[in-house]
This record gives sequence, C-alpha cells and structure tokens, in this order.
Amino acid sequence: MSWIDIGHIDDIPLRGARKIKTELGCVALFRTAQDEVFAASDTCPHKGGPLSEGIVHGQSVTCPLHNWVFDLNTGQANGEDASIPTYAVRIDGDRVWIDGSKLIARSAA
Amino acid sequence: MKQRLVVVGAGMASGRVLEHLTEAAPDAFDITLFNAEPRGNYNRIMLSPVLAGDQTYEEIVTHDDAWYAERGITCRFGEKVVSIDREAKVVLGEHGAVPYDKLILGTGSNPFIIPLPGHDLDGVIAYRDLEDTEAMMKMGAGNKVVVIGGGLLGLEAAAGMAARGVDVTVVHIMGHLMERQLDEAAGYLLKKSLESKGITIKLQANSKEIRGEDGQVKALVLDDGTELPCDLLVMAVGIRPNTALASEMGLAVGKGIHVDDQLGTSDKDVFAVGECVEHDGALFGLVAPLYDQAKVLAQTLLGQEAAFVQKSLSTKLKVTGCDLFSAGDFADGAGREDIVFRDPSRGVYKRLVIEGETLVGAVLYGDTADGNWFFQLIKDGTSIEEMRDTLIFGPAYQGGDTSDPLSAVAALPPDAEICGCNGICKSTITDAIANGATDLGAIRATTKASASCGTCTGLVEQVLQVTLGDDFQLPTAQPICGCCDLTHEDVRRLIKSQELKSQDAVWQELGWKTRNGCHVCRPAINFYLLADWPIEYQDDPQSRFVNERRHANIQKDGTFSVVPRMWGGVTTPSELRAIADAAEKYDVPTVKVTGGQRIDLLGVKGEDLPAIWSDLNKAGMVSGYAYSKGLRTVKTCVGTDHCRFGTQDSTGLGIKLEKVLHGAWTPHKLKLAVSGCPRNCAEATCKDIGIVCVDSGYQISIGGAAGMDVKETELLVSVPTEEEAIETVIAVTQLYRENGKYLDRIYKWLAKVGMDWVKERIVDDADNRRALVERFELSQSIYRHDPWAEHAETKAADYAPLADLTLEAAE
Ligand code: SRM
Ligand SMILES: Cc1cc2nc3c(=O)[nH]c(=O)nc-3n(C[C@H](O)[C@H](O)[C@H](O)COP(=O)(O)OP(=O)(O)OC[C@H]3O[C@@H](n4cnc5c(N)ncnc54)[C@H](O)[C@@H]3O)c2cc1C
Ligand code: SF4
Ligand code: FES
Repeated sequence: MSWIDIGHIDDIPLRGARKIKTELGCVALFRTAQDEVFAASDTCPHKGGPLSEGIVHGQSVTCPLHNWVFDLNTGQANGEDASIPTYAVRIDGDRVWIDGSKLIARSAA
Repeated sequence: MKQRLVVVGAGMASGRVLEHLTEAAPDAFDITLFNAEPRGNYNRIMLSPVLAGDQTYEEIVTHDDAWYAERGITCRFGEKVVSIDREAKVVLGEHGAVPYDKLILGTGSNPFIIPLPGHDLDGVIAYRDLEDTEAMMKMGAGNKVVVIGGGLLGLEAAAGMAARGVDVTVVHIMGHLMERQLDEAAGYLLKKSLESKGITIKLQANSKEIRGEDGQVKALVLDDGTELPCDLLVMAVGIRPNTALASEMGLAVGKGIHVDDQLGTSDKDVFAVGECVEHDGALFGLVAPLYDQAKVLAQTLLGQEAAFVQKSLSTKLKVTGCDLFSAGDFADGAGREDIVFRDPSRGVYKRLVIEGETLVGAVLYGDTADGNWFFQLIKDGTSIEEMRDTLIFGPAYQGGDTSDPLSAVAALPPDAEICGCNGICKSTITDAIANGATDLGAIRATTKASASCGTCTGLVEQVLQVTLGDDFQLPTAQPICGCCDLTHEDVRRLIKSQELKSQDAVWQELGWKTRNGCHVCRPAINFYLLADWPIEYQDDPQSRFVNERRHANIQKDGTFSVVPRMWGGVTTPSELRAIADAAEKYDVPTVKVTGGQRIDLLGVKGEDLPAIWSDLNKAGMVSGYAYSKGLRTVKTCVGTDHCRFGTQDSTGLGIKLEKVLHGAWTPHKLKLAVSGCPRNCAEATCKDIGIVCVDSGYQISIGGAAGMDVKETELLVSVPTEEEAIETVIAVTQLYRENGKYLDRIYKWLAKVGMDWVKERIVDDADNRRALVERFELSQSIYRHDPWAEHAETKAADYAPLADLTLEAAE
C-alpha cells in the first residue's frame, strides 16, 4: 500500500462527495452521514455519469444521470451486471488518506 | 527491603492499581501518592449526579483518609509534582523530593480549552473536577449558562444545571449531539428529550468570541452574530492526555505516553496508566479500559504475567430520562449492513451494524434493555447468521422459527401494543379480523388502530397478512419509496401536524426503515420541510439532485449549462455583450435561445462554473434557476409598450412577477406567462399559471401543460388591478407549495384537489389569501437570493477536484 494524504475530512461534504484526478481518471471520495469515507471510480459504467455528483444515502450513491445505485463497499450496481472499482481509504484524525498503489501505478510503469 | 513506589496522580486509574496492589501484597511496597487536587481518590464519573443533586460529594469518595492510613500510604494531596529526575530516580513535588524504585504516572488528561478571544475570563470553566462542579452548583434559577460541546460531558453538565432551574444553552458544532457515540437518528431523539427538560440546543453553531465585562464572562458570540448572554460558560469540547511531566522527563510520548501491553513506558522503572497513555495508537476516555489497565499494571508490578488488550466499548449517558446506549463500531469499514427498527410512538430507535456474520456495533435509544446482550454478541464475535431476521427484537425472540420474515410479528404476544396512539394491542386487531375486518380501512374503522398518526400502518398490515395469509391484498396507495410505508400526502400531513422540523425527525417519527433515506425520498422530504418550516429548517444541498446542488443543468457528458435570468424575456445590449464575452472566454460550444425567452450557454466545464457566474453577476445577471423545481420563466409579450392590441402592461407585470417569485422552491417546476390580450402571444393558457390581460383587468388561470401532457389552463378568477393579480398569483403558488406532492406540476395537483377547493381558499377567503401571501414572503426572506453569487464567493473551491494525483505521480 502507498498511502496518500488527500485532505481534511471536512473538505468532503457530509452525505456528499468530492473527486480527485488520478492516472486512472477521476476517483470520487464519498462521505456518509456516519463520517465513513469510501473511494470509488467517479465514472458510471452505464453512460459515464459523474458519481461524485450523485445523492449519497446509507452506504450507497445514486448516479445523477439515470439513477443506478452503487454499493460503496463493493462497487456493485444494484440489480445491474456492472460495478465500479473501489479503493482503500483510511481516516487518521481529521485527515483522509487513499491507497495510491493502484492509482499511480501506471505512471511508474 | 520494601521497594519504594511513587504514584503521580490520585485518579480513577491509579486508585484501582493501589487497590489491587495492596490487596494482593500489602507489604510489597512503600507507597507515596501525589495528587494536584487537594483530595484523594473519588469517583470522577459521578460528578454529574452530584451536580444534578442526586448524590453528595461524600457519597462518591472511593478512598478516604482512613483507607490510605490502613494501607500505610503516604499522601501528598494538593501537591503537584513539578519534575522527575530519572538518573537519580527522584520525584520532585512542590514541597520536596521523594526517591523511587518504581514510578507510576497516572496524570489523567486536561480538558481542552478552545483559544477563543476571552477564554481566560472569570466564569469560563471546563468540566473535570470538583471545583468545576462546585462552580456550576452555585448557579440557580435566574442564571444563564452556555455550554460549548454537545458530547457526553457537556450534556451531563447541561442536564445537571437545568435540573437546578438554570437557563442552559448547549452550543454544538456538529449536526447532531454526541456524534462520536450516536448516529443522527439517536442524536435527534436525545435532542428532543433534552429540549423537553428546558435546555436550548444549537447545532452546527460555531463559537467566535467570548465577551466579558470587568474580567467576568458576559456572553458567547457565534460566527453568525448571535449573542448568547451567560453568567458562566462551560467548555466541554474534549480532553488531551496530560503528558507534560512525561515529555519533560524524556519518555517516549506521542499523543499520549507510549506504553506497551504491560503499561511500561520507554523507561523500565516507569509505568503509566489511565487517560494519559497511548496504547497501540489508541487513547482512552472511559473508565472500563482503564480498570483493565490497572489490573494488568498491578500484576506486572508483582511480577506476574499479564497483558492489556483493547476491547469494544459501550457508552451510556447519565441523564435521567435519556435512555441511550451505544457500543462497538458503527463508524467506518467496508461490507457492512444495517438493521433499523423504530417505534415512533414510544420514541424508540435501534440500529444494529452487521459485518459478515457478526454484530459489530449497536445504537439504542429509548429502550436499552437489550444493550448488554448486544454488547456481549459484539465482544464475543458470536455468529448471528441464524437469528439475523429477529436479532433486533432482542434475546426474547431467539430460538424460534426464523425462516419466515413475518415471524417476528407472528411471534408477538396477543397483548403486544401495535398502535401507540390509540393503545390498540394485537389481539384487538386479530379479533376485528375474525369479525370480518379484512383490510386496513376496516381495521381503522372498527379499532382505530393506525387511524391517528398512521405510523403503525405497516405493522397493522403485517398483522393482517399473518392472520389472513393469502386472503390479504396489500393496498394500492403507493408509499414514497421503499424507505417508508407512507404516501407523500400522509408525510406532508404528518410533517405539519406533528411539527416535524428536521429530516431526522421525519425519519424517526414516521418510522423510516433506512438510516437516511434514498435518492427518491430525500429530495421530497427536503422540499416539504423547507416549504413548511422556512425559518426553522435549513435546506440540505446533499438531499438535492445534482442540478439544484450545482445550480446548473448537468449534460450527458458531465458538463453543465448556464442560463442567466432575463426578467420577463427583456434584455439589454450590455447584458448580451456580457453573455457573448462569457461564451468566448469559457469556450462555450453552444449558445442557444431557449423556449423560455432567454439564452442558454451549454457545455460549460464544472470547474469553470464559479468564474462564469461571477462574470455574469458583474453584468447584473443572476441565476435563471433553469435547473430547479422552482420558478423558471415568466414569458411575456410586448403588451401596451409597443403592440397596437395591448390592453395592459403585460411585460411589466411579467417582470414584477418574476422578481417576487424567483428563488422560491416548488413541488415541481413553475412556469408563468402574461399575454397582453386574448391573442395570447405569450402562450399563457398552457402554463402552470397564466395571465391574459383584458380591458377590464386580468384573467388568471392555472393548471396548463405543454410538455408530456398538453392541457389548457382553467380560469381561477378575474381581477381588476395589477396588485390583486400579483397577490392572487403568489397565493396560488404558496397553496401549491404547501400542499402539492413532490414532482406534481400544478395541473396534476389540481386534478387531485379540484378547482373548487383552490377557489375556496384563494378567491372566496380574502384573509386566507393574505395569510398565504404572508407565509410566502416569510419564506422568500430566506430563499429570494442569487445562489450563483453566493457559490462564486464562498463555495468556489468545492467545484475543483480535491486533489490531483496525476501531478503528484509525474514528480
Ligand atoms: C433549454 C430548454 C429547451 C430549449 O432549448 O429551448 C429546455 C431544456 C430542458 N428541458 Fe424543457 N426546456 C425548455 C423549455 C421547455 C418548455 C417550453 C417553455 O418553458 O415554454 C417545455 C414545455 C412546457 C412545460 O414546462 O411543460 C418544456 C418541457 C420539459 C419537460 C416536460 C415537463 C412536463 O411536466 O411535462 C421536461 C421534463 C421534466 O421536467 O421532468 C423538461 C426538461 C428539460 C431538461 C431540464 C432535461 C433535463 O432534465 O436535463 C432540459 C435541460 C437542458 C439543459 O441542459 O439546459 N422540459 N421545456 C428550454 C429552457 C427554458 C428556459 O429558459 O428555462
Ligand atoms: C464529569 C465527568 C463524567 C464522566 N463520566 C464518565 C462515564 O459516565 N463513564 C466513563 O467511563 N467515564 C466517564 N468519565 C471519564 C472518567 O472519569 C475518566 O476516564 C477517568 O477519570 C480517568 O482516570 P485517570 O486516572 O486516567 O485520570 P483522573 O481521574 O483525571 O486522575 C488524574 C489525577 O492526576 C492529577 N495530576 C495530574 N498531573 C499531576 C501532577 N503533575 N502532580 C500531581 N497530580 C497530578 C490530577 O489532579 C487528577 O486528580 C467522566 C469524566 C468526567 C469529568
Ligand atoms: S398578446 Fe396581444 S397585445 Fe400582446 S403582442 Fe400579442 S397580440 Fe399584441
Ligand atoms: S450514466 Fe449513471 S445511470 Fe446512466
């Protein structure tokens, strides 16, 4: 693992999301009502909707374009044969860290 | 020879060490005990009952003079240890030195004081020791106290003083109380019961400065300017391990004093115990783990093998009437599943967090009887697979047949209460069914069950289902979504009648089955709350669809469209120039005249939104709300200004209407038009609200459509003056805001309530019409503003990515 400090937890709105740019495209960081943070691809596998703009509820997010619902734990889309990649996140005090090993691997290669 | 043991701090942790040591080996050590407080060991956690007047200080002393004397412990109370010489192995107190063979640091923690201006005034205190408690006990009826911090300590302080008649306000920075131990639903219930004790609670409140007079505290000022007068200000915002001595003597210290599993520090003769330590990255703030540490440390000192292991923790609040329990971990992690149970009539909320086959966390409010059972399951890591369906009902329901999801209802005893409002138990309902009541309506009519607040409807239906089996057909009234059993109309009615003013209140009181709703119900509830309680409720952007949160329309490629208002469709050369400049500056691919008499800039990048808005603002333009369930456009024709047929100033009226209505949120979008004569060039008769000007005045008609359905408006009323026309339009808008179902346009709403119903309230009843206008204006005092200006100024950073790892990787 290679942890990268992304920012303060309050930079992500409660029940909301922010995106980060990575070598693999945008990755969204979701913060639930319970202050859990999840990271997953920002790009909906349906038609590319920006998931960081969706409504976050429970541990799920709803795509803003056509309402596919994704479980943030697994990345699996509800009732669809599709999923989004997820990435490990860690919260240390107020700081949010993401596992960058997959996200910056390409550029190193 | 006896070893010399010196203990710094007579706290709850070190006190427990001394108990174990002197019991197991009364003669092993020659003990000296320092304490900065001028007293020995007392039960610090019981300061709250002392404050509330339920106990006295004498009752909470754990070790009195006789106790120390019997054990030959030399007490140096009221004497602070100022330094320690590890080379010479000597402890230096304020009144002299004592040599040691073994040393225990039990210095506890320091309350954190926010360094606000004025924090050093007299009357600004923390809540940690007897002195603080006594300062609070001096307060009585007629005094005002502000408590900063809505955690365990702050709330116990507040409740204790409120019990003495003090006027207490709690200021908490987060969105719900005790956010570290409770989720928002339990936090909501807690707030409600504290408020019923007369405590004022301000959430999401940020303290800015403390004002004083002659060196004495006078008031707390919040960053929104609110001033809260007070005679005493208590800060209960957290604790920091007290590591000063340890750092000074050169021990390894992180956030706390580093200790190993035996409570040893980086010096083999020095040990530390209690809140001052850091063990394996963790800090401590509750006594249960400290008692475990104390036991391990005593064994270690006696040469026995022992190791401290961190365990799950549970919390209770010592405030009478606030029955809450939380345990384990419901804060983060992957692969988790929730089970939620709510009984609104009893104010009960329970949530279990399951990971795989085990229970990992529990939050209970209102009925905590099963708390310890759940806590045991968490600690033991018991597999709950077999009892998943009935787990939430507690140990009493385990062991039966669990394959049927209705079994929990089937298992309820005949005298179990189903309808809290009317006190109807299960047998009353099953008797009614036996007597021929086979649907919900009949049950309501014969027993009154679910006929009042309606939140037990689901349960009554389950009883019907269990009793009738296949003969029972679920009713067709559609609930809002899978999160609840209620229709939009029921929810709206209950929000008003039960005065529910927050999302947490709706979820709890109306029995939501999920933690915080879903993308279907959240936007609806957010609208209902802000329409009914514009002052009390704060709009929640996270419960809005992207367009309303970003104040622009999202496009299929993730870019946005930007539509500035063009009041009544009238523009000027300088506005057009600003639009043209913006289009060039931000590389806008498409500039289009819309069907709503204004100009759309399509394909703007999300990151550019704040900048393009700010440019348009400078030219005097504001958001056109082209994305909103709210006022869109007021189309006009040229009217008397230019047209040879015009009867009234249709353009002017259109602009006036757009200016009063803009910013208002409505159940669905709201479009108006004003035509200057019955030729109707503004197409007013297919709008939500249309006005056709005639010689004698203004014909106001409503409920038109020209989208998925096409429909002509129906006449509501004709009025002679422009003022009356405006008043009527506002009144219709407000009536629709207060009663419409989310996502019903006016024509759909009208089909449900009927034109007569609307006329009765707006045309026939002038008082009611004016009251509607007043309520609309009140709401507009908050919502009539330009969100673009606000976002460009204060939220611009949110539109940019949080981080750019592509840059980092390139380095
Ligand atoms: C821009 C515009 C088309 C144009 O180029 O002229 C437009 C564009 C959209 N319309 Fe419209 N409508 C536009 C005028 C209309 C009109 C005509 C009018 O307003 O005079 C209608 C028929 C009248 C009506 O409202 O019923 C119209 C009926 C709809 C409907 C069907 C509504 C219905 O209840 O039947 C939708 C879908 C919806 O709202 O659910 C819709 C939805 C949309 C959305 C917001 C689709 C969406 O959700 O993304 C389109 C957004 C495009 C964008 O990204 O900007 N648009 N739309 C017009 C903007 C007017 C403005 O200045 O604000
Ligand atoms: C009002 C209140 C209510 C609480 N309620 C609960 C509860 O319901 N449940 C729960 O589990 N926990 C509760 N706690 C927390 C609990 O009291 C603490 O976790 C516990 O007291 C910590 O024990 P300790 O021995 O580490 O420190 P303390 O009990 O704070 O003892 C440390 C002692 O060391 C002394 N000291 C510090 N430095 C020096 C020095 N240089 N020289 C000499 N002496 C020094 C201090 O004066 C102090 O007396 C509550 C705390 C408070 C204040
Ligand atoms: S509505 Fe009548 S008055 Fe107005 S522009 Fe059309 S024709 Fe002329
Ligand atoms: S693009 Fe996400 S649901 Fe269609």
